[in-house]
Order: sequence, then C-alpha cells, then structure tokens
Amino acid sequence: MSVMETTTGVSAEARSMAGSPLVWGVAALLLVYPLVATPFLTFQVGGYALILGTIALSLSFLAGYGGMVSLSQMSAAGLAGYVVAIFGFNSFGSGFGWPWWLVVPIAVLASTAFSVGVGLLAIRTEGIYTIMITLAIGVAFFLLAQQNYAIFNGHSGFAGIAPPVLFGLNWRDPLPFYYLALFVAAVFYLAVVYIARAPFGLALQAIRDNPRRMRALGYNVTAHRVAAWALAGIAAGFGGVLLVWFNGRISPGTIGVDRLIDILVIAIVGGTRRPAGAFLGAIFFVLLDTYAINVMGAERFNTLIGVLFLAIVLFSPDGLLGLWEKARRSFATRGSGV
Amino acid sequence: MNFTRGTLLATAGFALAAHFSAANAEDTLKVGLMVTLEGAFTVLGEDGKRGAELALKEHNGMAGGKKIEWVVASSDASPDSAVRAVRKLVESDGVQIVVGPLSGDEGLAVKDYAKTQPNVTFVNGTSAAADTTLRDPAPNFFRFTTDGAQWMAGVGTYAFEKKGYKNVATVAEDYSFPYTQVFGFMAEFCKAGGHVVSKSWVPIGNKDFSSVIAAIPADVDAVYVALGGADGVNFLKQYQQAGGTAPLIGGSITADQSVLSSQGKQKDAVLGMPSAGPVADAWDDPRWTKFVADYKAAFPDGFPSPSLFAQGYFVNTKAVLLALDKINGDLSDNGVKLRETLAGLEFDTPTGPVKLDKNRNGIALNFVTEVAEGADGGLFNKVVEVKEAVNQTLGQPEDEFLKLGVVGRDNPSCP
Repeated sequence: MSVMETTTGVSAEARSMAGSPLVWGVAALLLVYPLVATPFLTFQVGGYALILGTIALSLSFLAGYGGMVSLSQMSAAGLAGYVVAIFGFNSFGSGFGWPWWLVVPIAVLASTAFSVGVGLLAIRTEGIYTIMITLAIGVAFFLLAQQNYAIFNGHSGFAGIAPPVLFGLNWRDPLPFYYLALFVAAVFYLAVVYIARAPFGLALQAIRDNPRRMRALGYNVTAHRVAAWALAGIAAGFGGVLLVWFNGRISPGTIGVDRLIDILVIAIVGGTRRPAGAFLGAIFFVLLDTYAINVMGAERFNTLIGVLFLAIVLFSPDGLLGLWEKARRSFATRGSGV
Repeated sequence: MNFTRGTLLATAGFALAAHFSAANAEDTLKVGLMVTLEGAFTVLGEDGKRGAELALKEHNGMAGGKKIEWVVASSDASPDSAVRAVRKLVESDGVQIVVGPLSGDEGLAVKDYAKTQPNVTFVNGTSAAADTTLRDPAPNFFRFTTDGAQWMAGVGTYAFEKKGYKNVATVAEDYSFPYTQVFGFMAEFCKAGGHVVSKSWVPIGNKDFSSVIAAIPADVDAVYVALGGADGVNFLKQYQQAGGTAPLIGGSITADQSVLSSQGKQKDAVLGMPSAGPVADAWDDPRWTKFVADYKAAFPDGFPSPSLFAQGYFVNTKAVLLALDKINGDLSDNGVKLRETLAGLEFDTPTGPVKLDKNRNGIALNFVTEVAEGADGGLFNKVVEVKEAVNQTLGQPEDEFLKLGVVGRDNPSCP
C-alpha cells in the first residue's frame, strides 16, 4: 500500500516531546506503581484500566484522527478473546489446545480482519451513521455469540482461560500481568503518537477534515481509512487477548451493548484529541466503577457514575484532557499576570 | 504530556484512600454481600439485599460478639462482573466471608474463584445452578439454599397426575439456572410419562417474544415458563396479546412476587398456574408467617411478601451468623473452624429445617403451589403440597443421578 511507504520519520515536535522530563516522570510512575500498590490495585485497577485504555485507544485513534467513531471496538476485542478461548485451552475441554504463540497471532489477525470488514462497511457512511452501523454490528455479534452454541457456547461462553506460564512466571499474577498490560499499552500509545505525526497519520487527519480535497490531491481516501481500521483492529485485538486473560473467561456479557458503550464513554470522557485521553478515561472509569459503591452506597452508585460522566462532557467537551489543559492555561495566564 | 502525572497521582491517592478506609476495626467484622443491583435482575437483587439485612437485624447486628458490617458489591448478573465484584470484596475490602451471588452463572464463576481463595468462606445467595455444588465443588463454597432442580420438586408429578397435562412446551431463559429448572421439571414429568415436545430458549432481557410464541405448537396441553422479572411479565403479556390460551406451568421465579405483584391483564393468565419453589407466600406455618410479618415491618416499600431472593439471602446470611456465634467470631485460623461449623450446621428457617449434604448443598423443604386470587384481589401462591427434605439428586441415588449428564439445552429430552 502506497500510503504506508511514506511513514518514514518522526517529526521534530514528537522528538522533543520524547525528551520531556514529564514524559519520563509519568513512565516512571507507571513502572513503580505496582511496587507500592496492593495486588488488587495493581491487577484489578491498574491492569484492567490499561486493558480498557488500549481498547479505547483504538476507538479514539479512529475518532480523533480518522473522524470515524466506532462502537464495535469492544466486539473486535471480544472476538480476539473468543479466538483465544476456542483455539487455546478452556475448562469445557472444547478448545483446540494450541500454544499461546500460535493462538495470540490468530486472535489478533481475527480482530484485525473483523475491524477491516467493519471499516469497509463503515467508511461508506459519515458521522452518526458510522456510529449506528458499528453499533448494529456490535449488537449483532453479541446476539450471535449469545445464541450460537456450536462455536461461541452461548450464554455461558468459556471459562478457565489463562495466560501462559513463561520464563518461570505465571502471567496471571498481578505484577507480571500489570507489566504485560503496561507494555502492550505503551507500544500502542507510542505507535499512535508516532503515526499521528507520520505522513500516513497527517494524511488521515487531512482526510478527516476534508476528504474531497484529499481525493482531488491524489490520495487514496478509502485505503487510508481502511488502514486506520486495520490498525485499530490490531490494538483492539491485543486488548481483547489481555481482557480474556484478565477475566479468565469470556461470555456474551463481555461484549454486550453496555460494554460497547463503556468503551465509547472511556474515550469521550478521557478526550479523543490525544492518545493519552483513552488511558486517562480508563483510569477514571475503573476507579469509579470499583469505588463508587463505597462512596455512594449500594442504591445510588450508578447515579454518581452517570452524573460525573455527564458533568465532564458538559463542562469539557474535550474530556478530562481538555479539562486539564484548560486548567493549565488559566494557571499559566494568571502566573504571567503577576 | 505533563497533564497525566498529576491526575494519575490524584487518582492513585483516591484509590489508596478508599482502600485503607476499609481496614477492619477490632470489634467489627466486615462481611461481603454480593447482589445484583444493575441490569435485568436489579429488582430481584434489591429483595435479596432486604433478606440479608433482615437476617442481620434479627441478630441485632451482632454475631460471635462482634458487630457485623456489610460491604456491598454489585454485579450485573454476568459472570465477569460477578468475579470483579467478589474479587473486590476479598482482595480490596479484605472480607473473609462473602454472601452471594444471586444468579446461576455467577455462582459457577464465584465457585471457580473460591478455589483460588481457600482462606475465604463463600456462602451462596440465591444462585441455583446444580454444578455449583454437584460436580467439582469448591471446598469453601456453601449453599444452604437448594438448586434450581430441587426448586421444581413435586411440580412435574403434580402437572401430570393432578392437572392431566401430557404434552408440554417449555419457554425459558438461555442460561444455566433455567436449564436446571427445566431439568428438575422434566426429571419428574418425563418419568411420569409426559412429553416435552418443544423447548424455546430466549436471551435474558428479551423484549420481543413473538417468534418464540409462534414456535409453540398449537396442540400442547400446557406451556412451562421459566422466565424471571421483567422477562416473565413481558412474555405473559405478549402471549395473551397473541391469543395464547394454553394453561401455564411456572418456574420458581415466574410465579414469584415480582411477577405476581406486577399489574395488568397477565394476572388472568397466571391464575391457576402450578409451580414449585423454595418459598410459598401463603404457607400457614408460624415460622413463615412471622418471617413475612418481620419483612413487612422492616421494609414497607418491599414486595407484598418476601420473594425467594429475600428468603435465600436470609437463610444463607442466617447460617453465617449462627456459625459465627458458635465459634465466637474467631476467624484467626483463616476461617477453618467457621467452615467446619458451617458444614455441620442444621437449623430452622422460615421455610423449615435445613442441613447440608456432603457437597455442602442444602437439603430443605420444597413447595408445590398454585396461583390463586386472595380476598383483596391480589395474587398469591396457594400451597398444594409440601415436599420434605428434598436433596440435590431429587431422591435418586447419586451415581444414577450423575449419569443423567450435565444439564444443558438439549439434556434431558423426552419429545
């Protein structure tokens, strides 16, 4: 594909960013976090947020840089999870029992193919119609998984799925799992940062802003968009593999409508203008999901979650990222006034 | 890029604060309560929570000399969310005892999780899948209630002999608990000579039953319906609208208060519907009437009569409290004594005596009921038969029962 050949160098801006001490600070914090946190915070808060962040990143990449909001990213991730369960081991004994190094690439390939397929359909539409068609595909896949017993084992899905024991480490243990999730998240975060500033990403953003002009300039608009869907499928696929290892099971509940919307909420609340937003949104979402019941009690905790999400979107259309930048800007102007 | 660090620190701080605030005081004991407070089963989960609270209230909030405090975790009835909820209770809130969960697949998932936490004691809520205790049980999972097949004890025979139904179609939700209910019904009904000519499985939260209703053969004597909460109400309404006239046989949660107390024309359809379950609203036993009176006094905004979810959570919570009393609240041995005490516990509940079998599954009473109209126009389950000491193998020898195979969509079958 001609568009990929042009992705050669990192822009000067990105290179200067990589040298920023604040970036290293965040990286250090993420690396040290599991050493000070409890296993629960490491695994179920940290690990889970990184997984959801990776899946949401695939959405915010498509939405932020491609202008295509996809609700089927969780479905792509779920498909990867199902592939892991079906081709690997599960407690029903119905898995093929293939080793992880074979199963994981197949899973990611499946989710990438799924994402490309969805993309081929969705790029014929614009805006809200893209959301609708991806939602329709997501719901259709959920219902298929729920009612198909031959492949997806229906409502029960699969249980007893575990990551491999490798290098003497059980990768399901909180610490190794967290670092695995962090590694995957970091790879995709950096990939998105890189791509956003590479010629391919710049062309994608230009297509988002004015596809007709880009077409007139000789760019293959369809190929660029489909390539973006493929990349999103890869990220969602790895996210899905981690998710099924995290839960140890997969069932239609994992890819239900609520979960599809969760991913959208994470991306929107975090802010889709930069890749960090997806992870910020995921951390916020997981913390609320886990601890709102402690703050609010059992009857009203979902109200608290809803109100907070509403407030963020209301006061900062650009999500948590926008909120942070707004605060920073007002702080900077006040500082310079003194 | 410098925007993430501060936020991360702030959120991490929030999480840590929430974690440490959950630390135990000396004289209080935190017990995890896992109920479904989201999704299709919310109403049922709320009643389960009432049952657990009522049991604790009867014990004056104390057990084994310690003040008992609930730590509530909510699921949406999916196994993923159940495991996340129970993991939070055990690993973050640090509870040593968990009461719950509510529904079948959740129970199977929590059993699997229980095996990874041998020092934590898990006591069921109302989840009623057979294999939570029947096959490959976890040694630290206890169920003082009965399973979905036990809940059907008596109704298969009753429908065949007393009602004279020979050919029946079933409509049930598509997951482990209704499989178990259909299994329990068919175990008796098929043995008596009846035939189940068609089975329809519908997803939880299904809104449109038209294709299911169309698939019910016209010449059946009755339709066996095992649908819970809103699903049951929706089916009954649409079945009537479609002109369905076959009499109904109810699963345990079809004939539950959540369905009986809903308004509308489907009331007429359920009148005279036989069903069976671990509770019967109108049982005139003083133990039960006292329980109903206590429930009504404690929860004026609850159901007119406690549902089996309230009863299930009540019974299992009571078992925990009684066992804690016996060991003086001493959990310093990682709950070994607690689990020994629980395994041998026999006590009287609002629905009669209960004890455990060797797989730690309840052996208890079961009621065959028929929906009748009360003097006030409200519907209730009239008791027509009380089955005593129903065990998990429904009175059959264990090896014979296990030979029937794993409960599923196609097993058993008697077309």
